[in-house]
Amino acid sequence: MNEQRAIQAASSTGNYGQLPFRFMRLDTGQVLVTSEAGDFHVLDPSTFAAFARREPLADGNTLRGLEAKHLLYKTSPETAVRLLATKLRTRKSFLRGGPSLHIFVVTLGCDHGCHYCQVSRRLHSAGRYDMSLETAAAAVDRLFDSPSPHLTVEFQGGEPLLAFPVIRRIVELIQARNVQECRQIVFSITSTLHHLTDEILEFMRIHDFQVSTSLDGPADLHDANRPLPGGSAHELTVQGLQRARQALGDESVSALTTLTRRSLERPKEIVDQYVRLGFRSIFLRPLSPYGFANKSERRLGYAVEDYLRFYKTALSHILEINRSGYLIEEAYAKILLSSILTPFPTPYVDLRSPVGSGFGTLVYNYDGGVYASDEGRMLKEVGNDTLRLGSVTDDFQTLMRSPAMELLAASGLAETLPGCSDCAFVPYCGPDPAGSLSRHGDPVGHRAESEHCQRHMGLFRILFNHLAEGDPATLGIFEDWVHGVPSVAKAA
Amino acid sequence: MALPLHTRGTVAGHGASALYKVLSLAEALRQDFPLPRAMIDLRELDGVDLSALVAIGAGAILDKDGSLASPLPTLHSLTMPAVVAPGDVVRVHPSGQVNVLYRRGANANTLFATERCNSQCLMCSQPPREEDDSWRIGEMIDLLQLIDRDLPVLGITGGEPCLLGDGLVEILRTAKQYLPNTVLHVLTNGRLFADRAFVRSFDQSAGQVVWAVPVYADNATDHDYVVQADGAFNETVNGLHNLAERDHRIEIRCVLHRQTVHRLQELVEFLYWNLPFAEHVALMGLEPMGYARSNRDKLWIDPIEYADTLSQAAAYLWRRGITVSIYNIPLCLLPDQARPFARQSISDWKNVFVPECQSCTLREACCGFFRSAGDGWRSKGIQAIESKAIA
Ligand code: SF4
Ligand code: SF4
Repeated sequence: MNEQRAIQAASSTGNYGQLPFRFMRLDTGQVLVTSEAGDFHVLDPSTFAAFARREPLADGNTLRGLEAKHLLYKTSPETAVRLLATKLRTRKSFLRGGPSLHIFVVTLGCDHGCHYCQVSRRLHSAGRYDMSLETAAAAVDRLFDSPSPHLTVEFQGGEPLLAFPVIRRIVELIQARNVQECRQIVFSITSTLHHLTDEILEFMRIHDFQVSTSLDGPADLHDANRPLPGGSAHELTVQGLQRARQALGDESVSALTTLTRRSLERPKEIVDQYVRLGFRSIFLRPLSPYGFANKSERRLGYAVEDYLRFYKTALSHILEINRSGYLIEEAYAKILLSSILTPFPTPYVDLRSPVGSGFGTLVYNYDGGVYASDEGRMLKEVGNDTLRLGSVTDDFQTLMRSPAMELLAASGLAETLPGCSDCAFVPYCGPDPAGSLSRHGDPVGHRAESEHCQRHMGLFRILFNHLAEGDPATLGIFEDWVHGVPSVAKAA
Repeated sequence: MALPLHTRGTVAGHGASALYKVLSLAEALRQDFPLPRAMIDLRELDGVDLSALVAIGAGAILDKDGSLASPLPTLHSLTMPAVVAPGDVVRVHPSGQVNVLYRRGANANTLFATERCNSQCLMCSQPPREEDDSWRIGEMIDLLQLIDRDLPVLGITGGEPCLLGDGLVEILRTAKQYLPNTVLHVLTNGRLFADRAFVRSFDQSAGQVVWAVPVYADNATDHDYVVQADGAFNETVNGLHNLAERDHRIEIRCVLHRQTVHRLQELVEFLYWNLPFAEHVALMGLEPMGYARSNRDKLWIDPIEYADTLSQAAAYLWRRGITVSIYNIPLCLLPDQARPFARQSISDWKNVFVPECQSCTLREACCGFFRSAGDGWRSKGIQAIESKAIA
């Protein structure tokens, strides 16, 4: 055997150059540092101070950690920059296919009288606010104009099941056309489930519908939120839920919580009701400030701090329930954690940069209007058509080059917006041009006054505090939410 | 006792050393392989008309004891007859030395591409030599034509195979022609793939080759130290991205020792974030050969000391959809949850077990030990496992 040459020592750890980074102080006193591509590292304050001044770092492992996360480089930055660029490209790859979520508002009709309703609702009025078949056919053409290989077709209302014949027609048109198009298509519907019939259920089963309903928590809370002339909305929803689960399987049925001011006092009860009804997921999103909700905000609305306080309690309670063995995820946390803990693009259109409105979502209104997002349609209902792209009869190019899309393009990239551009959370966040438009009259807005910003800032802080504290049980639960619960004996 | 890869015999009628495919008469007559390259195994067959073998153009015969008077080149009286069997490819030297270059049915078959290397890894089991051995290119191209067409996987190792440059391109092209259904598993440090033009010369092999490339750390300092070459980390990482951009299949390997285990969790996080296109990650115990022996004190750490870290690192990758394997670590050293990742990774001819293994219920699933592992490499944790504990 030949001699090995003398072993060279590892090169010294002193000098380094910084790569672009953003930072934020956490409640734990530590400092969160994020890279251009969303890698993150948590430093103690004195180490951060040294790093920020580009002074030598005493601890070799910290230095290596920051190098591996592409927050600094040792000899030359080329490789790190290439990896950052690749990761950024991956994270933003949702852009490649164009809009993939297509929302069909098949009717405005509804039989509820919800005080907080986000949608401009018309009491059930015999089809006057239903989508016509011509509009439906044109909307289906626009759907297939989108180059995305994956399409989600979501039916909304009003109560969309009140216009079931329109839904059926749209699904038939799509299926017929898809024989040649071969896109991967998912159908979903948001419904109270009060109007289910065997025929509807069978139809949804055949076409593999994902069903989402509204469930606000305990019966009295749900019913107070959703007065139904002559009945209990909660009872009807639970009945519908059971029928839908029976027909479609538990996996295909989920629920959304609408949080009113009343709800905020009852975080644990709301969560417990979901557990009691056998849900494995709960989505604790605050009341949207759009549409008609705006006017009743003073009565039903609440400050962001109140929501965050509620959320924190609810999340702790959910973690507690998971620790004791019942697996249930909080969907909002799951969405944010998936962005934080993986290098992959988010499927969630409401928190993307460039903004999901228009670039990820198109909304076809019952009257033939095409909007960049659900919120854009609600803005129109209060007289602001800034986010109206055009009509379903316009061709795709025209819609995508409309002034509304130009406005979104100019104001929809968080990395370039005042406030966001310096924010440590920007790799995982997204702008809210529709919200800014509705509240402040301009699509950029001011972060300090933005409900959207304060809310996400707060949520990210809560989650990063958990990550920085590093409790193994909590991290394990987060990991289950992001990557799914591992099934046994599949490793080999 | 595993079968060695060489033996001696007596040769008659051979000139220079020659490469043969050993075949039974029946298989030779199927002519899946050119008859002049066939060495017909007559050790168990009586009454064959030798002149007929000459007439059909057979290359040579393998005889038991030299009693056959044949006009064909003949190899006989093998010291260890079992070393050579039908299906094998052997090189027969005029001296009587017989090397088995390909063994039918072995758990691993590997082509040795070159002894040269551009790194000097602390634990290299096959220390490089700076010597012109480009004759191996021709040998491999000949050998590839004699390998069984249904071989699932063929390894190519070194040294650093990429140092063959266009020679490697040629070898892979030959493999694609003769063994289109065989996966080629090439062990390379990937550094030369930092050159995009070099990567493009392998376009025709994308999909057939799995490039198995070691990444020893999440940072250049540690990796470059392990491979004893400044700049290697950047070259390898760029090389991996260049390969991925051309749709090549990639496996990442890491050898576990004192210089790599201390940031193993950080390494797998780095892999997930920066090389998520890897289809397989192999985390491998040390083979006590070559430099690993001379650098024992820098490298040795008892695997039971890092077994928990290893278990977590493997689970981390698996949770994220990356196939992961643990090589060369006996099952008794691994926590239960890591055992499903362990593979029987040690080639037949290098593989031994210790007395404890005799009463062990996991013996059949265990990789055991390298023959070369002496007392200095023995873990405190070796113990027979009594009840079946594998998941
Ligand atoms: S909206 Fe707020 S939290 Fe989100 S990136 Fe902008 S500044 Fe940060
Ligand atoms: S005792 Fe031997 S066979 Fe059993 S697990 Fe250990 S090394 Fe493997």
